[in-house]
Amino acid sequence: MSYGLRSFLPKNDMINILLLAVLIMVIFPLSMDIFRLNLVGKYLSYAFVALGLVLCWGYGGILSLGQGVFFGLGGYCMAMFLKLEASSPENTAIQSTPGIPDFMDWNQLTALPWFWEPFHSLSFTMIAIIAVPVIFAFIVSVAMFKRRVGGVYFAIITQAIAAILTILIIGQQGYTGGVNGITDLRTLKGWDIRTDEAKYILYFVCCALLIGSILVAQFVRKSKLGRLLVAMRDKEDRVRFSGYDVSNFKIFIFCLAAAFSALGGAMFTLQVGFMSPSFVGIVPSIEMVIFCAVGGRLSLLGAVYGTLLVNWAKTVFSESFPELWLFGLGALFIGVVLAFPNGLAGVYSTYVEPMLAKWLKSLKSARPPMPSSTADSRS
Amino acid sequence: MFAEYTASELTSIFAMQGFAGLILFSVFVLMALGLAIIFGQMGVINMAHGEFMILGAYITYLTSNLFSEYAQNLFSGYFFVAMLLAFMVTFALGALVEWAMIRHLYKRPLDTLLATWGLSLILQQLYRTVFGPREVGVTLPDWLMGSYPLTDMIEIPINGIFVMCITLVISVGVYFWMFKSRWGGQVRAVVQNREMAGAVGINTEKVDRITFALGCGIAGVAGSAFTMVGSTGPTSGQLYIVDTFLVVVFGGASSLLGTIASAFTISQAQSTMEFFLSGSMAKVLTLLVVVGILMLRPQGLFSLKIRK
Repeated sequence: MSYGLRSFLPKNDMINILLLAVLIMVIFPLSMDIFRLNLVGKYLSYAFVALGLVLCWGYGGILSLGQGVFFGLGGYCMAMFLKLEASSPENTAIQSTPGIPDFMDWNQLTALPWFWEPFHSLSFTMIAIIAVPVIFAFIVSVAMFKRRVGGVYFAIITQAIAAILTILIIGQQGYTGGVNGITDLRTLKGWDIRTDEAKYILYFVCCALLIGSILVAQFVRKSKLGRLLVAMRDKEDRVRFSGYDVSNFKIFIFCLAAAFSALGGAMFTLQVGFMSPSFVGIVPSIEMVIFCAVGGRLSLLGAVYGTLLVNWAKTVFSESFPELWLFGLGALFIGVVLAFPNGLAGVYSTYVEPMLAKWLKSLKSARPPMPSSTADSRS
Repeated sequence: MFAEYTASELTSIFAMQGFAGLILFSVFVLMALGLAIIFGQMGVINMAHGEFMILGAYITYLTSNLFSEYAQNLFSGYFFVAMLLAFMVTFALGALVEWAMIRHLYKRPLDTLLATWGLSLILQQLYRTVFGPREVGVTLPDWLMGSYPLTDMIEIPINGIFVMCITLVISVGVYFWMFKSRWGGQVRAVVQNREMAGAVGINTEKVDRITFALGCGIAGVAGSAFTMVGSTGPTSGQLYIVDTFLVVVFGGASSLLGTIASAFTISQAQSTMEFFLSGSMAKVLTLLVVVGILMLRPQGLFSLKIRK
């Protein structure tokens, strides 16, 4: 392997990414029925957001409480395209205005609003899924970081933006579907996304995109940019005095996190079949932060496992003890923050990995000892 | 949008909406005062602040039930007992939370946000289990009912006036406590330079605990006053938390005067616009303007001049 590839993907990380890929692309599909697998696919679409948060919160020190906004924007772009296809004039012949989505008809709209028009085209939609959230993130982050607003203030303002967007979507129900969101999505270019076969294909697409995103994030992390991010997080002024324009790096990483979230949102819409404001607001945005915190805010793979674990626990608990789930989630927040600030990945690299290394060493003394990978999974 | 109203009607509309805004203003100020102490002075983000307020509201509800059951003749005065109880319980809970959680996190302000969010989830579920998911309201004593007619078009509800009086008293109290008392001086000393404050013999841990507890106690009183104008449910606190944080940030986090000024601006803008636009659009516009101004002027309206 060339030196370049080696430095951005050390052996340990490669093995771990391969393990994750095997787990989600081989073991899960073989061991679960399509209903459960679809649920896992839904969780994996949240993992995109957690991945973005690792980069921008764990490495960049920018806590955004508005990642749901980008998740939602990506998801809504996808949903608008699917909804337009589902409301072709033949399908909606019983409406007073055929050819527009059903909720618009219920709200006495007689023509398609202008911003819905371009979503007839799939290629435009594909671009918009990434472009709309990234442009929005760019505007917000330029306004904030150029003025050196950061930390707590940034968190509160992103949270307010999440609140604004939710109220706007719910209030303008003629244009957005209101509190129910955009539902009843059927086909993608004539391909029915509701069949089991389509769900399998979408699940694998989601997995492939996730692995791809992990590789991109890994590349950023190992590049000079990643080092600068960590330096900025720990001593921003020193980086600034060394001649770097701190704000540009922050803007870039925030936009990248937004792009990941948007991708996740689009995959969510495709797999679950609807999009609603309940995935945009404050509560889901903070929940996504906890996925990342449980997995480990400094570990890309930890974030994915954390997302899977928290959502799995949520499904199990809220099915059997709905009352207890919120207590559990609250305790999880407090426990992770107080006792395990580096989450599962921190526990793994402090306790499990040394034991594992020892065991491997004793198992085969001829083999060279595994390098301590604390630096790989945490730095 | 003004065209279809006559001048005198417009005056009345503005007066009535202005008064409705004043009630919203009182709730904002009461919530934001506690938050301004905790966030502005200590730098702790207390996402459970709304739940402390709701705790105060539930205590008021319990006290009112207790009085109407056992002490009907004293019912007209139950509110003052309830307010005192609400303060004491939330103060105690605040001190407990500071001891168990917050004091470990002073160096990590973003983490206080996550931990207190967890606390708020637990409290919400606790309220839901104990009081049920429905909203509850208190019975007002007779002397708080009704309204006072100012002109034939403008009527002013008495409970609103009462809530505003409470707000005024508490604001003045907090001002004197923060800026005129010995305790307040110690709090400000700890905020400005923790090591030096410790070196001159201030017990910084104790100051932290009392400050946090006091902020929570004021939230409890806010909740008590809140029952006068609205009903209480397990998630009512969450509705106000983002607005309140914006109020505090918009006013300039370390300035009490700024907090009051920004609470006034935001509440008046929102309630005046609510009459002419739909409620959700009024809120969206207000929040957008606030966020926009904060992007231009991140330090808020009023800020202390300090070197960073």
